[in-house]
Amino acid sequence: MRKSVEPGLVSGRGQEFFSGVRAELPLLPAVIPFGMIYGVLALEAGIPASLALGMSSIVFAGSSQFAATQLIGAGASAAVVVATTLILNLRHSLYSSSLAPFLSRLSARWKWLLGYLLTDEAYAVTIARYRRSENGTSLHHAHWFFLGAGLCLWTTWQMSTAAGVFLGAQIPRDWSLDFTLPLTFIGLGVPTLDNRPTLAAALVGGAAAVALAGLPYRLGLMIAALAGIIAGLWVDRRANLPSEAG
Amino acid sequence: MLLWLTVLTMGAVTYVVRVTPILLLGKLELPPLILRGLRYVPGAVLSAIVFPELVLREGSLALSLDNPRLLAGVLAALVAWRTRSMLLTLLVGMAALWGATALLG
Repeated sequence: MRKSVEPGLVSGRGQEFFSGVRAELPLLPAVIPFGMIYGVLALEAGIPASLALGMSSIVFAGSSQFAATQLIGAGASAAVVVATTLILNLRHSLYSSSLAPFLSRLSARWKWLLGYLLTDEAYAVTIARYRRSENGTSLHHAHWFFLGAGLCLWTTWQMSTAAGVFLGAQIPRDWSLDFTLPLTFIGLGVPTLDNRPTLAAALVGGAAAVALAGLPYRLGLMIAALAGIIAGLWVDRRANLPSEAG
Repeated sequence: MLLWLTVLTMGAVTYVVRVTPILLLGKLELPPLILRGLRYVPGAVLSAIVFPELVLREGSLALSLDNPRLLAGVLAALVAWRTRSMLLTLLVGMAALWGATALLG
């Protein structure tokens, strides 16, 4: 079912899929140690191997898997574990909302699938793909880009978790490999800070997260993210006001 | 058994959070203010995750240069800004972290 579109402006499904995979590749050197460390910590917390692996496909959200591992190891109740997961993952509703306008024409089946594959890493490269389209490239098959990025990350996450569970204890602790995760987010985030409002959003979001880090259930993250968004809007509005004396 | 139930519930709440806006918001016309606000999601969320990792040490603020993670994070941010290369950001960040840890003990 080929539609008549101007040549050069459209990329095919396969092409989009593999660009999505390729966009995800530079992130894998950080995802792999993170997944392995999760596997090791899960076993240390007394979680059986099958469940440690199950969590990676059922929940598929690294930071909340880490938090759950710590909480379960410390003997927290199921309600606390679930509440922490919910609050920590609320940020995904922001990602999901920001992608929703681009995905609105897809079938329900696509939406269910892409929702499952929505992670920090897949979101960051996918939203960048959609924003590039603002200079004229076709979005017709861009959801295949999302699928490629999401599946690439999913597969890597499952395999590195398994590596951590089965080979785990051999990862040296003092390599601080957990630091690759914040580094990934720096690599993803910094290049997007190309104007004053986005910079304000990032600085306020980050500072608020530090100030609110003591709140229970990681509530600080979501409040800080909202504070950052409001800061971005505020700076944006001030910049667009007609300049006045003083 | 209880652990499995806990993980299944974790998965369910995470999935609902991820999929609901995609399913529902596509059909609604979002107010322009919200649409503009969504532009700031990546920067605000990513830095809300990163900042505490860099400046908090065991829960208290460590805003000095003898904090290896802060030093490495700032260097990595400079590299990311200049080069836009994920691989270089990771390499420089990890090298700086190891170097600073070795020097500062």
